[in-house]
Amino acid sequence: MKRFIADLHIHTCLSPCAEIDMTPRRIIDRAVKKGLDIIAISDHNSADNIGVTVKMAEGRGIKVFPSMEITSMEEAHVIAIFSSIEEAVEMQKLIFKGLPDRKAEERLSGYQLVVNEKDEIINFCRKHLLGASDMSIKTLVQTVHSLGGICIASHVDRGSFSVTSQFGFIPEDVAFDALEISYNTDKEKAEVMLSEYKSIPWIKSSDAHHLNDIGRITTSFYLEKPSFEEMVMAFRGQRKIEW
Amino acid sequence: MLRVNDIIDRLGLETKVKGDMDAEVTGCYISDLLSDVMANSKGGELWITLQTHPNIVAVAVIKGISGIIITNGRLPENDTIKKAEAEKITIVTTQHTTFDIAGLLYNIIKNVK
Repeated sequence: MKRFIADLHIHTCLSPCAEIDMTPRRIIDRAVKKGLDIIAISDHNSADNIGVTVKMAEGRGIKVFPSMEITSMEEAHVIAIFSSIEEAVEMQKLIFKGLPDRKAEERLSGYQLVVNEKDEIINFCRKHLLGASDMSIKTLVQTVHSLGGICIASHVDRGSFSVTSQFGFIPEDVAFDALEISYNTDKEKAEVMLSEYKSIPWIKSSDAHHLNDIGRITTSFYLEKPSFEEMVMAFRGQRKIEW
Repeated sequence: MLRVNDIIDRLGLETKVKGDMDAEVTGCYISDLLSDVMANSKGGELWITLQTHPNIVAVAVIKGISGIIITNGRLPENDTIKKAEAEKITIVTTQHTTFDIAGLLYNIIKNVK
């Protein structure tokens, strides 16, 4: 098995809360420089910058997983990672149906830029990406699974927009594939906070909103190759995960 | 002393699950963050929320909540109703917003105390 260093939670300039220099080109450059082997592009409720990021990664020795950070109707964030761009786009369609359109004043919170390989703006997303979808947490996770994706509960150590903050504890009827611990919480603290959830694998990701955040914290996967299938095997306990 | 039943009658709330309708209401806590309710609510309080997920029942049991009021016309999920029936936790709903129902409830509780 080979060790692959992964950062599975990176926002692009499509997320209103991310810096506008988080373009796919710059993200790939920075991730390569940081020695990352696998990244996931996870914008809030949208998949529109994934295709270009995957393209930018070609021939750079880095694998990009299509992903989205989806907001359930209870305002819990979930990282959904897919095996193909098509699956992510399909999920975006379902999410967009229930997501409000963006009002003019919400532009103040960020631009929501869709860009191309040259960092040129090709579109402004017109959905309110910081809004909540109309899917309950259970429906959301079931839908992602039915499309072939996996679900990681975002920053479960945080007191806002996490499954733990919105639900008090992780609902028994929702089958998460992994839990994400944020940059701020070390292993010792996590062991105390999440002691009830030993049966689900834990990972650490950067939740990067700035270029400097990329790879500030990572998770190592010991895989045969950096594929979606191998990562799923790791989440099922058939491959080693370390952080 | 105020009982769950009195408040349901006076506020015209719709009962979805009947728990202990004679339980004493000692006050009220309002939050949509279940982690916050776990940390800060007190036994005997009514809980006003928008949340409809089954976990609200678990939180109510753990904290000894006297009843859950779901606002804005939202309805508890089927699994939430089943769990509340099993745990005997009262769940009522209202078309009112959280602000409006809280104001009405505040006046009732204040006049008793």
